[in-house]
Amino acid sequence: MTFRIKPAMLKIAATAWLLGATGAMADTTLEFTQWWEPELPAGSLRAIMDDFEAANPGIKVTLVSGPYATTRDQISVGAATGTLSDVVGLDGAWVNNLNAQNALADMNPMMDASGFDKSQVADIIKVDGKAVMFPVASFVYPVFVNLDLAAQAGVTKLPSTRAEFLEAAKKMTHADKNQYGWVLPLSLQTPSGVQNDMMSWVWASGQSMMANGKPDLEGKPVVDMLTFVKSLNDAGTISPGIATKTEQEKVEEFVNDRVGMMIDSLAHVNLIRKRNPKLNFDLIPVPVVENYTGKRGLPYASWGIGISAASKHQEEAWKLVQYLMSEKVNAKLVSLANAFPGNVNAKPDFVTSDKAFGKAFEIFKTGYLANEFTGLPVAEDLMTQFDVQAQKMLAGEQKPEEAAAAAQKGWMAKF
Amino acid sequence: MTRQKRSHHKLKRAVAPYLYLSPSLLIVGLLMLLPMVTVIAYSFQNSAVLRRDPSFAGLKHYQAIFDDPVFWASLWHTLYFTCMSVVFHMTIGMIFALMLNSDRINPTLRNVLRVLYILPWLFTAVIIAVIWRLLLEPNGVVNSILMQMGIIGSKIEWFSSPETALHAVTFANIWAGYPLFMVSLLAGLQGIPKDFYEAADIDGARAYQKLIFITIPQLMPIIISISLLDFIWTMQVFPLIWITTGGGPIYATEVLSTYTYKLAFSSYNLSQASASAVVILLISLGLTLFYIRYQRAR
Repeated sequence: MTFRIKPAMLKIAATAWLLGATGAMADTTLEFTQWWEPELPAGSLRAIMDDFEAANPGIKVTLVSGPYATTRDQISVGAATGTLSDVVGLDGAWVNNLNAQNALADMNPMMDASGFDKSQVADIIKVDGKAVMFPVASFVYPVFVNLDLAAQAGVTKLPSTRAEFLEAAKKMTHADKNQYGWVLPLSLQTPSGVQNDMMSWVWASGQSMMANGKPDLEGKPVVDMLTFVKSLNDAGTISPGIATKTEQEKVEEFVNDRVGMMIDSLAHVNLIRKRNPKLNFDLIPVPVVENYTGKRGLPYASWGIGISAASKHQEEAWKLVQYLMSEKVNAKLVSLANAFPGNVNAKPDFVTSDKAFGKAFEIFKTGYLANEFTGLPVAEDLMTQFDVQAQKMLAGEQKPEEAAAAAQKGWMAKF
Repeated sequence: MTRQKRSHHKLKRAVAPYLYLSPSLLIVGLLMLLPMVTVIAYSFQNSAVLRRDPSFAGLKHYQAIFDDPVFWASLWHTLYFTCMSVVFHMTIGMIFALMLNSDRINPTLRNVLRVLYILPWLFTAVIIAVIWRLLLEPNGVVNSILMQMGIIGSKIEWFSSPETALHAVTFANIWAGYPLFMVSLLAGLQGIPKDFYEAADIDGARAYQKLIFITIPQLMPIIISISLLDFIWTMQVFPLIWITTGGGPIYATEVLSTYTYKLAFSSYNLSQASASAVVILLISLGLTLFYIRYQRAR
């Protein structure tokens, strides 16, 4: 038996193959590595990518997702081996190292070429003049106050200054009942307490831990902050176990009515409500130094985004970055993440439906995002060094000035 | 058989053992030797892993860690943590093994104790760390009991105080590790011929004399082998210390494993971290060689 293939059929098959092949060639596939997908509702980030693909025919996006720590390691290795994904989710603490490896593309020329409106983004993270990261979603850190404990302690006005905070913390402290005014997590396992719970006092008052791009830990702002924290400790207002306390334990203590006030991520609001639905709490900005009336710096952690310097599809990658930073898409993404937007015009839907988020959004809008660790070299190591010196100070081994001087010496070695 | 055939046969016989060994050699080479050699190579490079073209650094990174006082503190803490753990693992393991081997204890109670004593071995390091963090936190059960008994007057921050932290993590590790000794020594005790004890009874030996002159000498090979293995394993303990104290407060519980981890994943100084890892490797290697020589001598 023989098969006879008609020439017409051959032509059709050849045309179909050619169309398919050219179609495949026309499609650019972007790889997007991030840790966001596991933290968002299932399928939601993929849906945003599907919308992007529909709006940009010829560009496909492959999501490479994993937990935060795994993603960090993956990106470090990718940067070293030149195999970094086209688009990468970034933490501000990583960008200096990645930039030192020339792993991140400068987005300045892309912004200029596309006429991108820079005023619409909340922040552009620059290292050596290169625009390497946009914060897509920000998780701010206000002060959570247990209103029932405050009322029982006779705190009628929630603190606005450091002196008021110290007074309120003293009133709320009843060590015999295991109740304390404030909680400070300084575990060396995760030294982020230095950033969120200590330096936030400096930034809140519009001050800085840096001067001329270099650490200025011996300057008045940081020494004053250390002195203030020491005074809280000396007054016995800080929940014990500071040196090994983690952020999770801090939240647990607040949830269980054991501390009156804590500085914490807004991302934990739903968790706190879930753990203790009866907890009556409010959010206030981090108190400031006396007589300060300027804008308040609001500590934050962010989901940042950048483009790989090794990407062969930087033009398409920039389209994806622009898409995620655009007003509507950014609002949609941050609404899913319970975060604040990277686009200043975006308004997440939860701020109108939830009182606590609404209040936090007001704090967010009247202040400015501040996190000076973003973009610093080996940020986590710097926090660890500061943490050790703060622990020595709180253990009574050194004065605030000595702690600041020792930390300054350690930091300078990294700059 | 021709000469050619004979030599071919000889060659086949000579090669055959290596062919049988080749899968194991391949696995050992890929999973053990290759990473080890890579880490050693990193320790002699500047910006290892982080740069595609790292330059040769010589012994610079070794010099840097030897000049770091935190490294020497870590080494001292590691030795304290390891020695105390091994000594107490052995002592507690021996006491419990003798108890479980004793005919004087009711068999039902003995079985219950057997299950209870082996429990710590069933928990992972993370669970053990969480249990002890909860027990030893300032508002935890241990402080509460000690205060009620009047042993302490105020709450002790076991893991957060530089004075108590190293002892507290060592205690947690002792609790977690004694069952290995207990099980091994129990097996050894059950293998000692009863004749020895009967002869000792006839000679009028007392219980402690039987322990010193019969039981311990009979168990000595097991005690030495397990102690050496325990020493090597305990020296490398990481998760228990990392989760309970993170190497703090200050540097009070910094051991070589946490010191190396921080260099690698906090400072991103993978060259120095590799040098520190090589130092741990050399110490472990020395102990391993000692263990192998001891096993051969037996």
